[in-house]
Amino acid sequence: MTQIDYSAFDIPGRGRGILDVVRYRYLLGVLISKSTSLRYRNSVLGWFWSYVRPTIQFFVYYAIVGGVLGLHKQVEAFPLYLFSGIVVVNLFNEAFGAATRSIVGNKALVRKIYLPRELFPISAIVGAFIHFLPQLAVLLVVAVFLFGWVPSFASIGMVLAALLLVLLFISGIGLFFSAVNVRFRDASNIVDIVRTVATWSSPILYTWIMVRDATVGAPWVFHLYMSNPVTVAVEMFHQAFWEPAVAERFRHGWPPEMAWYGGAALVIIAFSLVVGQLVFRRCERTFAQDL
Amino acid sequence: MSTPASPQPRIIVEHVSKWFNKRSARSMKDAFIALLRRQSIRSRQFQALNDVSFTIGEGESVAVMGLNGSGKSTTLKLVSGVLEPDEGRVFTRGRVAGLIEVGAGFHPDLTGRENVFLNAAILGMSEKETKARFDEIVAFSEIGDFIDQEVKHYSSGMFMRLAFSVAIHVELDVLLVDEVLSVGDAPFRAKCNAKLKELAEKGVTMMVVSHSKGQIKQLCTRGIVIRKGVVVFDGPIVEALEVLEAP
Repeated sequence: MTQIDYSAFDIPGRGRGILDVVRYRYLLGVLISKSTSLRYRNSVLGWFWSYVRPTIQFFVYYAIVGGVLGLHKQVEAFPLYLFSGIVVVNLFNEAFGAATRSIVGNKALVRKIYLPRELFPISAIVGAFIHFLPQLAVLLVVAVFLFGWVPSFASIGMVLAALLLVLLFISGIGLFFSAVNVRFRDASNIVDIVRTVATWSSPILYTWIMVRDATVGAPWVFHLYMSNPVTVAVEMFHQAFWEPAVAERFRHGWPPEMAWYGGAALVIIAFSLVVGQLVFRRCERTFAQDL
Repeated sequence: MSTPASPQPRIIVEHVSKWFNKRSARSMKDAFIALLRRQSIRSRQFQALNDVSFTIGEGESVAVMGLNGSGKSTTLKLVSGVLEPDEGRVFTRGRVAGLIEVGAGFHPDLTGRENVFLNAAILGMSEKETKARFDEIVAFSEIGDFIDQEVKHYSSGMFMRLAFSVAIHVELDVLLVDEVLSVGDAPFRAKCNAKLKELAEKGVTMMVVSHSKGQIKQLCTRGIVIRKGVVVFDGPIVEALEVLEAP
């Protein structure tokens, strides 16, 4: 028994982290289709709800922020400005919440059968992305037919890049919070707060120019504000959908030093992915006994 | 390296110890208080397994026995990868799948068919393998036309039969069986035992946790008796059963 060649053996319960998602893509697909097909089962209106919620939210902001607070007068084509920003934050909020709940929500499986646990937050994020697509479709229709938006390579590339930024960022923080949530249910409360703040910490209901003007005394606040990956993605959506649809003189353009903000956002995303994965790996070992 | 004289083992458990929390800290407040009081971690834990070592060779069928709470299910979970040892190491070779609480991956709102695909995927089967074995799975479960109904309308017997049928048709090298054979009526249990025997004869390595003496005797040749987290006997099944029954 001394000549055991350990290289032929696996250590049960040790995956390859987030890379396992590629190896288990069939299982990932099955998990995603399960949750999407279950989402609206036993509901009469079904997928219609995916359109209703953002639409109502849109009209509320449209009436209050646009009408009562007077953004209509300050921002040309405010409905398009509002809508193209709010879908990004909706994606962030939905995916972030779903990812955080994913491990605790799949308790039965996690406790009894081993599969790479990264699959749960990742499938939750992809599921949320699928539910974001109807919103994106509505945005496209509104932009094209109501505001005469003409797609270009630049704008479509910008949309895809922005989505990639948001999804990578959520993957990092989603891994982190889904793992922490197993041990400390406080995590879901923290996430709720983050989601509430997210709606207001990006220029959706106001413009980045207002933030800059309000922070002239402390420019670092503006730098910090603009480095938020979600804010960068929102600005990219504005550049892709809103700016081409309004006349030259109404446009806001990029904030100065946007390249730095983009770079900072990329660093933050990379950091969140590394920390998220490390913490997830660390906590994963005790998932089955902590749940 | 010299060439191995005998085939490589399938499962190696080396000096494994496992502790569980007596009371887990559910909130950050609890964890913080525990930190302040400088309670040692071990004082808040009990030891489920103490220096457990054994090796299971290729094609062996081994029963892990013990009273409730002796640590046998924990051992199985360590081999399946659901839990990780606190001390020592566990190795497995080949594809491992467990009949650990079959039906864990079933969702009541999905139809039987959808559940078969979902669970086969969870247990590590590809789409092609599942499709190839689908009819066999349904036939074995004796579910018939109910396969396209939602699982929540199944009787508990039907549910367990389908869940078991999926698990047993997974292509694997090592099968972990945990107390699942108390399901279904006598004819179905007999069928399951026959199927397990067939797998064992095909060379599938088996690790069985069960309280049913009859089943263990039929299926296993070797028994490991665990008492309060310590291996007290490892040898032929008949002697193992005697050790188990000794006070």
